[in-house]
Amino acid sequence: MPDPISYDFDAIVVGAGPAGVAAALTMARGGLNVALLERGEYPGAKNVQGAVLYSRMLHEIVPDFWKDPSAAIERPIVEQKTCITTADSWITVGYTSLKFLEGVPNCYTIIRVRFDQWFAAKAEAAGATLLTGVTVRDVLKTSDGKIFGVKTSEGDELKAPVVIACDGVNSLLAQKAGFIDELRPSEVALGAKEVLALDPAKIEDRFNLEPGQGATMELFGGITEGMLGYAFIYTNKDTLSLGVGCKLTDYQRRGVRPSDHLERVKRHPALRKLIEGAKTLEYSSHLIPEGGMNSMPPLAADGFLVAGDAAQMINPAYREGSNLAMTSGRLAGETVIEAKTKGDFSKATLEAYKTKLKASYIWPDMEEVKDLEEAVERSPGFLEFYPKLACDLAHMRFSADGQPKKDHIWKALGMLRERGLIRIARDLWPLRKVAI
Amino acid sequence: MSDKPEGLPPDAMTVEAKLGFLEYKKSPETHISLRKTGADSPCVTECKSKPCTTVCPAKVYEWEEHEKKVLVAYENCIECGACRMLCPFDNISCDWPKGGFGVKYKFG
Repeated sequence: MPDPISYDFDAIVVGAGPAGVAAALTMARGGLNVALLERGEYPGAKNVQGAVLYSRMLHEIVPDFWKDPSAAIERPIVEQKTCITTADSWITVGYTSLKFLEGVPNCYTIIRVRFDQWFAAKAEAAGATLLTGVTVRDVLKTSDGKIFGVKTSEGDELKAPVVIACDGVNSLLAQKAGFIDELRPSEVALGAKEVLALDPAKIEDRFNLEPGQGATMELFGGITEGMLGYAFIYTNKDTLSLGVGCKLTDYQRRGVRPSDHLERVKRHPALRKLIEGAKTLEYSSHLIPEGGMNSMPPLAADGFLVAGDAAQMINPAYREGSNLAMTSGRLAGETVIEAKTKGDFSKATLEAYKTKLKASYIWPDMEEVKDLEEAVERSPGFLEFYPKLACDLAHMRFSADGQPKKDHIWKALGMLRERGLIRIARDLWPLRKVAI
Repeated sequence: MSDKPEGLPPDAMTVEAKLGFLEYKKSPETHISLRKTGADSPCVTECKSKPCTTVCPAKVYEWEEHEKKVLVAYENCIECGACRMLCPFDNISCDWPKGGFGVKYKFG
């Protein structure tokens, strides 16, 4: 019999982002001795998000967090807009509701670096040991493949019967543990972003907001220059977050640098007045996992779980990610608490995590949108044709062009025939899944 | 107006200027290396488009025509990891910097 392993912790969480902190906090509350490892000098140092945070999933972990005056949140969102653009025209569809402020407010803008520090402090307060400046290089594995800890860039070994990989998109840990291969460029989007300083009164003026309230806008179509993705602008307290993200394959094929793309986005007429005079405070760039369910790694192994971006848990069609990260982190944490009670960290026991994900919104939502991007990409000209069609139709509708209005319908039909009615039906059918 | 990119606007902020807003804890050692260098590396023999040099959001990679090699300014890296997937010849090895080193976002 080999000597039993002497463990330093009950569980090790790698990555102090939304998934990792949710997992560590859950387990610390459950009485486990938890290490939360973060490679940045502080939580958030390496993290980038738009960022809109959906409240309900955080509320399940930190109840009534928005009532905490120290909570690192920016503005509750009352208005959400979508813009379909061409180079010189755009259609805006928006929904505004004060009901978004009632009960559990629907979502807040956040500044991730501040938020991550606030959230990680909650895990520490619950008893988790936060270790910053620790890059994990590999997992420790027994000869029969059970994971029992991690090895850091300094060569230190930390041991625990279970490791939860919450190390983000591009999870080097899941790769080194042998669960996934390198991601392909088609499985990720690359985003570039700036945070721009603007006086709160100007923000409220330009976005038609009451003091303290916030708005979001996503822009599709021509602004992405034929690539699959979108641009966005979100209101923070005294800053704006402006960014653009497209499939990495598109940037790769076109040889476009996202920072340069962002410069063109800033000059689009739908945006430029909103950011006029705003001063750049920071530039950032990050990958977004977009392979979804089709790229999901095995979620559980002997002594190992994967959550958040590391597990591809993103719903790009709905701009959701950090909420999926928090829920998956919490469910992974709950699974480990049960495993600890049983004294069994085998794959068979940890598979309960998958069952919990299936019973939550995460699995059905990811299942629903899993082939959506592919459907759009499979249809050549989709991203060029529809924004132009929409704007051309709107242009006709809102113009007095001296033609009898009844001629408009024939013109409109002509525009549709360009692509073919059957093709249009085939193009739009997959989009039903994101209609509601 | 066309929807095709028209190049960079004359008053556009350069990547270099954008990186100027960032703080780094500079690592004394590189976390990025090319698996093969020299005259028989794919960068020289096969790779025409060199997406690492045109897409990297921190302009870490630059083609040095005179010396026929890709220069790697690892200290500019903002750790997105895109280069790992961008290289058509899998010639870029990019790990995370050692603990605590590298970019330090203030907003993120």
